[in-house]
Formats: sequence, C-alpha cells, structure tokens
Amino acid sequence: EIQAILMNTSARLFRRFPFTLTCAARLSPADFHSPFLACSSGQFVASTRKLHVEPKSSPAGAPERLPFSKVTDEDLAYFRKILPGRTITDPDLVESSNVDWLKTVKGSSEVLLRPQTTEEVSQILRYCYNRNLAVNPQGGNTGLVGGSVPVYDEIILSTSLMNNILTFDNISGILTCQAGCVLENLSLYLEERDYIMPLDLGAKGSCQIGGNVATNAGGLRLLRYGSLHGTVLGLEVVLADGRVLDCLATLRKDNTGYDLKQLFIGSEGTLGVITAVSILCPRKPKSTNVVFLGCETFEELLKTFQLCRGMLGEILSAFEFLDSECMRLLNTHLKLPNPISDCPFYIVIETSGSDPDHDSQKLDNFLEEAIASTFVTDGTVATEESKIKALWSMRERVTEALTHDGFTYKYDISLPVERIYQLVTDMRQHLGDRAKSVVGYGHVGDGNLHLNITSPAKDPALLAAIEPFVYEWTASCQGSISAEHGLGLKKRNYIYYSKPSQAVALMGNIKAMLDPKGILNPYKTLPDNLK
Amino acid sequence: MHSNRYCNRIIVLPFSVLLEIRVKPDNSGVVTDGVKHSMNPFCEIAVEEAVKLKEKKLIKEVVAVSCGPQQSQETIRTALAMGADRGIHVEVAGKDYETLGPLQVSKIMAALAKKEDAQLIILGKQAIDDDCNQTGQMTAALLDWPQGTFASEVSLDGDKVKVVREIDGGLETIKISTPAVLTADLRLNTPRYATLPNIMKAKKKKIANVKPADLGVDLTSRLEVLKVEEPPQRQAGVKVETVEDLVGKLKETGRI
Repeated sequence: EIQAILMNTSARLFRRFPFTLTCAARLSPADFHSPFLACSSGQFVASTRKLHVEPKSSPAGAPERLPFSKVTDEDLAYFRKILPGRTITDPDLVESSNVDWLKTVKGSSEVLLRPQTTEEVSQILRYCYNRNLAVNPQGGNTGLVGGSVPVYDEIILSTSLMNNILTFDNISGILTCQAGCVLENLSLYLEERDYIMPLDLGAKGSCQIGGNVATNAGGLRLLRYGSLHGTVLGLEVVLADGRVLDCLATLRKDNTGYDLKQLFIGSEGTLGVITAVSILCPRKPKSTNVVFLGCETFEELLKTFQLCRGMLGEILSAFEFLDSECMRLLNTHLKLPNPISDCPFYIVIETSGSDPDHDSQKLDNFLEEAIASTFVTDGTVATEESKIKALWSMRERVTEALTHDGFTYKYDISLPVERIYQLVTDMRQHLGDRAKSVVGYGHVGDGNLHLNITSPAKDPALLAAIEPFVYEWTASCQGSISAEHGLGLKKRNYIYYSKPSQAVALMGNIKAMLDPKGILNPYKTLPDNLK
Repeated sequence: MHSNRYCNRIIVLPFSVLLEIRVKPDNSGVVTDGVKHSMNPFCEIAVEEAVKLKEKKLIKEVVAVSCGPQQSQETIRTALAMGADRGIHVEVAGKDYETLGPLQVSKIMAALAKKEDAQLIILGKQAIDDDCNQTGQMTAALLDWPQGTFASEVSLDGDKVKVVREIDGGLETIKISTPAVLTADLRLNTPRYATLPNIMKAKKKKIANVKPADLGVDLTSRLEVLKVEEPPQRQAGVKVETVEDLVGKLKETGRI
C-alpha cells in the first residue's frame, strides 16, 4: 500500500494538461511534392526520401526551397569528427525527427546532429554558416505549428543530449541548466528541493526547456507566475555564425544595457540556438485546492472571475473554463460523469498557498459569496489528491475527447477576456450545420481561448468557411491568432492579422542582422513575403 | 414493506490516512508531523453507501465517527458534506494515536454502537496506509453481530441485510440479520462529489467530542512496532550498445 500512496503522490507531479492543438491550417494534400502530410485520422503518409527540388508554390502550400548548400560527404566527415557516434544519418533514426508531434508535417533531412556541449553547437554552426547549410534546431519536438521539424533537408540540430542541470541555489530559487533538460525532469529535481518550475504544460514529459524558452511557452501556471519573459533570468545562445553569446546571468535585477535575452525568448530558433537557461523558480505550495463551478452565462462566469480575483487573488494559481459542449464530449466519448449538475459553463479554479488553514478559510469565504451572489449555480471542492486529479481531468481531457469526435480544426486565440466566448457563439452561427461540434475552452484567466471545430472527416469546404473568418474576427478585436503556440511553419503567413507591417519589417531587420544568411530554422516564424 | 423499527441509525467510520509516506530516520515508524491526511478511499465508499440508504428512506440517521487527533474533524466534515447527519469525534492524540490500531478502534466502535443504539455499522474494508483489514471483523466479534465484509452490493430487506461479497472465488451472497457490521469494497459504489450547498450546510452540523475513557475503553496496545523500513531502492538499468555487449553483461552478472 505504500507503493500505492507513492504512486498517488507522484501522480500529483505528473499532472497533465491537454495539448492545445491548433488547426493544421492551410495544409494542401494535393501537392505530392509538398513536405506536408495529409492529416486524415492520423494516417501517416510517407514522403520520398530524396531531397525536394523546386516544388510549385501555391498559396496554401510549402514555400520554395531556398538556395542553401546540400550536405556532402565532406560535411559528414567533419561532423563525424567533432561528434563521433552522434552524427546520425541512418534514415530510420532520422525519420522520427523529421515529423512533428501532430504527424501533419514532415521534412526530408538526412542528418541529425546531437551535440553535448555549447562548444560543439558553436563548432557546428560556425561550419554550417561558412558552408551555407540550413539548420533546424530541435528540442522535444512537441511544437504544434510545425516549427520544430525541417521543411526540406535542413540539418537537424538536436539538444536532447544537452541535459545537465548546472546549478541550483535553494535560497534564491534560481536554476541553471542546459537547454535539452526535459521539463518534467526539472520539475522532479525541484520538487525534491521544495521548489517548482514556473511553467507547466501537457507536453512536459517530452518538451525541453530550451524549446519552451524558444517558443515562450505559456501553460497553466502563467496566471500565477507569469511568462518566461519574466521568469527567465539569463540565456546562453549560440548565434548563426557560431559565436557564443553568454548572457547566462543568475541575477534577479540587472539593468546594464539592452536586455538581449528577450529577443531570443519566443524567437522559435530563428535568431540563435539556446544552449543554456537560468530561470527563477517559485517555492512548492504547501496547500492546493481545486474548485469546479457551474455558471448560467458567460457574463456570470466573468463576474465569478472578478470575485475570485478579489477574494482569492494571492493564492489563485489557475482559472480555466469549458463549455457545455465540452462536457457533452467528455460524457459521450470518455464516459467521464459531470461532477455537478448540467450548466452552460464550467470553471476550474485552483489555489496554491503556504498555509492550508488560511487557504481553506479564504476559499470558504469565496464560495459562500459566490453562492450568495448567484453568479454560480452549482459546484464542488476537492482538497485531496485523487479528487483534485478527477476535477482537473474534466478540463485536461477535452482535447482527447475531441479526437474521438472526428477531425478537429484547432485555434489558439488571445482576445479581450469579455469577448472570448463571443467568437465561439459567432462561429457556431456562421458554420451552422456544416460543423459537427464547435467547442470553446481554455485559459480564460489569461484571455486565451481554445476554439475547436470538429467534422466527421477532413472537409476543405468547412475549412474555407472557418478561415479566414476566425482570423479576421480575431484581428477585429486586436487579438492574437496564436496565443501560446507561436507561428512556426503553419501560421507564419498570418502574422499580419496580429502585427502591423512596420513591426514585421523590423523583425525582418533583426533577423537579417543576426542571421544574414538565414540558415537558422528557415521558412519559419516570419512570413514569406518579407522584404 | 420496510419497517422503520429497523435500521434507524447507521454509524459510519471514516478513517483518515496519510497522503505521503516517509519512514522516520530512526526506522521506528512513518513521519506523521505535518503530513496531509485525507479520507480513506474505502471509507468514502462506506459513507456514500450509508447516505444512499438514507436517501432511499431505509434508515433515518447517519452518524459519522472518526478516531484521532484534531484533524480527524476534517474527515468528519467531509462525511457530513456528503450527507451524514451528525458526527462524533473520538479524541485520540499523541502517543495513544501512534499506537491506535484495529483492536482499539473496534473497542471504541463497539462501545459507541451500544451507546447510540445503532442498527448498522459500515466501514471501509481496510485503510490504505496500514492495510490491516481487521477493524470491521473485530467490531462484529466484540458486539457479537453478524458481518458482511468486502461488500460490493448491499440491500436491506426488512430486518435482514443481503450482502454480495467479493471473494477470491468470485461473488458470495449472504443474508444476515441486523444489527450488523458491513465493510465496503471498491465496487460498492462511486462516492459522490459534495456539492457546494451541502458543503456549506455541513459546517452547521454537529460534531460531538468524546474521549475513549468516557466510553470505558482502554487504549493500551498489545503490539510493539520493532522496525519500519522502506522497500529496497530500485536500481537503474544499464544500456548497452550492441548485442555482444548484452551477452557479455549477462555473462558477467551470472545470468547466463
């Protein structure tokens, strides 16, 4: 039984959040030479192993291959010299690094490099820069916008073997580690020392901290601990020409010149390869509670949010929502029963604090007020492990339920909080019978909606109805067409919906300055028509 | 036809168990200071069953009893939020709590059952931290009441109780007369979530405080814990590069 309890405790650590999958938008299965796979119910379409040469570019299709050099035997000999045993060319081994997690995009790289040190990364990039060879940095390969895999024959530079924790200061809570450390491993390391990582997401078992930083990953704790732009204190980055930029400070405050690390956070591997990270970690909470509430209208949900902020503010660590359509899918496909009565909207609230007695007092006061105010029509509370997990799974497993409902078009949108659900309502009205289910859920506390639309099978007509309607709607509220996932390959051309052209032009200038030959993760993040 | 003369009162005994097990440095026991407690899962099922019977109007009142220190009150509150009518907290703290085992608890339960004139006692089949699976059986013996243990189905029929028990060979159905002791197994039911209105109501329900001495119960333990050890640490595996290496390693460690 001690085993069972240990499992229950460790199960708490492996709390999983759903992948916020985004739509494989604009995929064109028609073009056989395209590196995109047809995403039909997870079918895996193998692409040819030869290098792609001059595919036709269509509005929805792959960008043309830029004139980078191609890998020669001499190149391989050099790589094998500096990375003995870690220069992979066996097609079977390179295969999995060529395909993204969603199995919707596939490249045709023939070389996978696995450095162990910053020095090796520097040597690789210096060589590739001189030879004009394109490089695709890759961490855990869990990205959802096709940014982590090659489009053509870019050399894959994997950080997987750079997985050492360098230092941890348990007074300041500052952790430094190599970029290839898996997020979950870092969490386990820290939990033993009574700390936690400032971010947590569903992919934690595979994603690496370097990739998290490169994509400015959000996740469930953002509401409480803020984004990586705030919690990352320093970075060590190797630039396109091999120069090592050492900004790996472990200082909480350092206003000496321009804060260069901010450029690389969220740059998706296009400005430099992150090789080490120093990050500020919060203490592990002593008391966690989860509340599951039901509301009649979205307005009342927002009022509950305000009440919550006011009464639970300092202990609030998550505020998520799902709609009744999500609950229907959970009931139908996963046989998960509703913990409370049927309501149009559901909220999951989590509190984390240092004193169980204080927290339950605050929580009780909030709940009494919430019921009295009639913002909330029903609800339940969990204070212990298995119940907490059960309530969280109502939110976490929506993605899984959606996969059983049919082919899913996924959108990850940032909007002003009060407008979040309007998009779902408008989309439902706009699509009418054309869609099977239209659901909304997500990090309402952060203004981040996950809009998902299902149909029995992949449906180009439905896609045409959804896009660009969803992007235009988002742009009309000055929202973001990609709240957390980044642009990668799939969304690079939609950047103008959320950023003015001046801004995008300046991004192009910065890219040109840091990577004049454009060898770092080409075809990603910035739009094709950038001058 | 059900007669209200029978099954007026059920006593449930929800136990709280430790959520995290760490062995004390001197191997004398497990660390209990500052470790979170929560209701034993099987006891949750027991409480749920009692509340269900009350909802079916087969019994009049559900009393939740817990033995332990101050924090046992939380466990009783949870039972009240699920639908129990009132609670009894039998205060056992400090050294006495460390040595509190099934024998002592069953003596307490027997005394309470007589005092409260209960017709049914429902407990979880075992606590998940010590796995004893003895309290229910001992209580029945002390009271000389019939017992239906490992219950996966319970139905009241006049003054008899039909119990379907999970046993090694399959399922056994027995009929026992009340008053009786039942212990709940996993498949008896799925405990409900306590809804907010009930959680609020539970705060107003009464929890009486009782000392074991008041019940005439002697808590001395007849057991002495000699040592508590953790299971052996799992050794990491070794990765080898080639088949030859694998064969070599197997030979090295004497496996082949």
